[in-house]
Amino acid sequence: MTPVLELADVALRYRGSAGNVVEDVSLAVEAGHSLALVGESGAGKTTLLRLLLGLARPTSGRVRFDGSDLSLRDREQMRRFRRSVQCVFQDPYSSLDPRRRVGATVAEPLRSLGIDTRATAGPKVAAALERVGMPADAADRYPHEFSGGQRQRIAIARATVCTPRVLLADEPVSALDVTTRVKVVDLLAELKQEQGLTLVMVSHDLSVVASLCERTAVLERGRVVEQGDTGQVLGRPAHPYTRRLIESVPRLPA
Amino acid sequence: MTLLDVRGLTVRTTDGRTLVDDLSFSVASGERLGLIGESGSGKSLTTLAVLGLLPDGMSATGSIELAGTQIVGAPEKRLTAVRGRDAAVVFQEPLTALDPLMRVGRQIAEPLRVRTGLKGDDLERAVAHALEQVRLPEPERIARAFPHEISGGQRQRVALAMALACDPKLLIADEPTTALDVSVQAEMLELIDTLVREREMAVLFVSHDLAVVAKVTDRALVMKDGRAVEEGAVHTIVGAPREEYTRTLVASARRLESALDLRSAR
Repeated sequence: MTPVLELADVALRYRGSAGNVVEDVSLAVEAGHSLALVGESGAGKTTLLRLLLGLARPTSGRVRFDGSDLSLRDREQMRRFRRSVQCVFQDPYSSLDPRRRVGATVAEPLRSLGIDTRATAGPKVAAALERVGMPADAADRYPHEFSGGQRQRIAIARATVCTPRVLLADEPVSALDVTTRVKVVDLLAELKQEQGLTLVMVSHDLSVVASLCERTAVLERGRVVEQGDTGQVLGRPAHPYTRRLIESVPRLPA
Repeated sequence: MTLLDVRGLTVRTTDGRTLVDDLSFSVASGERLGLIGESGSGKSLTTLAVLGLLPDGMSATGSIELAGTQIVGAPEKRLTAVRGRDAAVVFQEPLTALDPLMRVGRQIAEPLRVRTGLKGDDLERAVAHALEQVRLPEPERIARAFPHEISGGQRQRVALAMALACDPKLLIADEPTTALDVSVQAEMLELIDTLVREREMAVLFVSHDLAVVAKVTDRALVMKDGRAVEEGAVHTIVGAPREEYTRTLVASARRLESALDLRSAR
């Protein structure tokens, strides 16, 4: 089967920087599967996500979407791409426009992708908000009226309103309290299950990765040091860096 | 001997909201207490109140006695004498806790100079020593660096060195590892643990993460909406929580952890 998203021998070097930020990265995301990108700050996780989102172009190598090279100039392809691939960011406090009502924010992808106008978006917005467990009147309110966990639900509603095939999430729960974290992890698992959503998640939290993703790629200083089935990678880590990450996770006393 | 005694602490805003509500706890010399709670539970405000650092628009009532000094209502002059000597603090975000325009060495030298009266070479040696204490490699180089030139983990070590410089009786750590990567967090927790043990220092450790608190403290106080929910040994709180809220908290943490155990069957 052709992967939905694929990075082939990708390297990226930011202008003015001495070396490559990511190098020799090959990853494939198959439809309906989920992939976690794990690593510490500076490992290049977010850079890979930017490449997968078409927000950055690789210095060398290729980014493929549905088997064909992603070309930022091909407007028709980019429109299909944006409709299929949406994202959720880490900080729900900065990723929502404080001056727009929640309904307008959630409707934005529908408008910008030309699927609906403001007038016809209503039912889809309501459905998206309901799917993430938000009250019906949420659309008329502003982001500051909601807690962090609720805001992240709103961000997920915005990302899923145009029924994308792939959801890219950059540390979607790390800004949340543990009880809220569990609820948002459950929500993502549910969307994966029920909508057949493909999930690519960047995270440094191995327990969240283990709860959600079937496959895991471990990044260290811009290179993938290990990738495979999550059970395999976390259960029998082959690389010392992976082992160190796993051992560092603080555990509750028995 | 009781080092910190908080009785009926209540923190209110000027518009009448109660953020910390009738909170009481105490920390004995050399004892380590964890304050556990989620965002908005009032745990950070409690630590700020202990140092008399509440932001404008908030006021504390009740009693906070720190090494024999009453903090609530104390004039700034008396508070200055207490801070650093009786209690010092490490905050969550080392990048905002350190002055970006001041070399790291000078930031550590400042409290040392005021407290100990050291000058010149002696002061410089004391700074290098403080940096060595927190296991920073090449203390001379770090002392000359600006905060942006060193890594997040190193910055937090610098913040810890500043807090420990004047040998306080109580170390207050407010989510000191939340902004760090897991492997750096593990090193940092071990470092805090070793250093306070060596010095027989009391610790008030604030975190939302039960597993992190369990690494450093023996006793914990669970807070919710400004009130104490449950207090006891960390092992008891994790193993046999009495209150509904604590149970939810422990269950959430356990659920995420068990996903990891299932995957990495060891």
